Amino acid sequence: MKKKYSITSLIKNSLSDNENWGKMWRNPNPKKHYDVIIVGGGGHGLGTAYYLAKHHGIKNIAVIEKGWLGSGNTGRNTTIIRSNYLWDESANLYDHAVKLWENLSEDLNYNMMFSQRGVLNLAHNEHDIKEIKRRVSANRLNGLDTMWLDKNEVKDLVPIMNTDNLRYPVLGAAYQPRGGVARHDAVAWGYAMRADELGVDIIQNCEVKGIKTDNYKVEGVETTKGFIKSSKIGVVASGHTSVLAATAGVRLPLQSRPLQALVSEPIKPVINTVVMSNAVHAYVSQSDKGELVIGAGTDGYNSFTQRGGYDVIEETVRAIVELYPIFGKMKMLRQWGGIVDICPDASPIISKCDVEGLYFNCGWGTGGFKATPGSANVFAHTIAKDEPHKINAPFALSRFSDGRLIDEHGAAAVAH
Amino acid sequence: MILIKCPYCGERDQSEFANGGEAHVIRPKNPESLSDKDWGEYVFYRNNPKGIFYERWVHSHGCKKWFNAVRNTSTDQILKVYKVNEKRPDLSDFENTLKSPSGEPLVGSGNFAVKK
Repeated sequence: MKKKYSITSLIKNSLSDNENWGKMWRNPNPKKHYDVIIVGGGGHGLGTAYYLAKHHGIKNIAVIEKGWLGSGNTGRNTTIIRSNYLWDESANLYDHAVKLWENLSEDLNYNMMFSQRGVLNLAHNEHDIKEIKRRVSANRLNGLDTMWLDKNEVKDLVPIMNTDNLRYPVLGAAYQPRGGVARHDAVAWGYAMRADELGVDIIQNCEVKGIKTDNYKVEGVETTKGFIKSSKIGVVASGHTSVLAATAGVRLPLQSRPLQALVSEPIKPVINTVVMSNAVHAYVSQSDKGELVIGAGTDGYNSFTQRGGYDVIEETVRAIVELYPIFGKMKMLRQWGGIVDICPDASPIISKCDVEGLYFNCGWGTGGFKATPGSANVFAHTIAKDEPHKINAPFALSRFSDGRLIDEHGAAAVAH
Repeated sequence: MILIKCPYCGERDQSEFANGGEAHVIRPKNPESLSDKDWGEYVFYRNNPKGIFYERWVHSHGCKKWFNAVRNTSTDQILKVYKVNEKRPDLSDFENTLKSPSGEPLVGSGNFAVKK
């Protein structure tokens, strides 16, 4: 691993006003041909390229991104990481990711600022309690560290929470201490830097206009920088996946919707864990800068606008203020929307398709960030071996015809 | 926020309505003769275009009636609203306002900064 950052380089560069730091990765022109092309330069795509190069010995790889790295949903989420999903298949997949997160900073030698501050999922009524306790039990059978906390234990963890004096009082919560948050940009940059060192060409500001196929076999991609040939193409384009798939004649069971999030002005530390509520519908954590990072459900209609409607913000903030009256007078600084691709069963698709050499990693919906390293890792395996890893085998496209759905609407914790 | 012109009540805030997904999806006449794949297509697969989209809305906090709309999903502009029993307007009736190679309009695309 090439050493770019060290105590000596820090001192040396500070003497020249930090003007001579090299580029973190090359900015190459696309070659005519690659062994594998990854469409989408977010965390999942860059990670896939990194694992392909590192674990599977494929060096001639391009990652093609239409904007800048991490400009899509990698930079548009609330950075929450957890693996407390109901079904065995999902628990395996998401916990594979959490295990990789735990060593990612060391693996990439780049600080992910991964902070395992724990994640709470609140219960506000009898049904919530039953549902969440069932999920806690299922998680424990899968070896996860989820536990049930009663109201007082929740109050101990988050003293500022209003647990009693609201329409839907807080009755308890599921708690996963290994959950937490990470720095979203660092994920894209870390993977990009190390993939670049392994010879992966990262091509930014280059839009894939279409996937060219011949007789159910991929030939390459048509881009704004010309045609690029490849016999293996992995599409990791979140909200735009169905648009790209359509150019190859593939139909996917996805619907693209805006998912909004907002950030407040920075304040002193008040909340040292991540709190999610499915019933009153808002989730909040505090960033290292002190901003509250707030999110909620998707807008209720298909859209590609990356904005979303004000009524959703209003509902979210209303829930936040009721749960935390202390935030009532805070100002919100920024709001944004990401376009998420939602599957009918709220679980992802990491799969081959009818077209030879075309692979999809999509359908992450509202919860893709937490899975980034795990998703990239098994997707790289799927592309390299042309068959799924045992972790992602259940997440095949075929489940929408054989009926083996993995229904995670409850654990997704976001209404859609 | 989108303003939607309910064909029965007139223009109202989108928050008064609920979206019903793609319009003009027809239930197959002979489900028992369909393959699992074809039945799965009917149950789970819906069009998801960036651009002109035919969709259903219900005025749930109003007259509670269902109707159809044609909307550009890349700009959220509603191009036509029509009753359920009216004929589906032809795609060629609408101008495709998509601008960039993949059809990314400048508004809200997140790409405007690099496309100048």
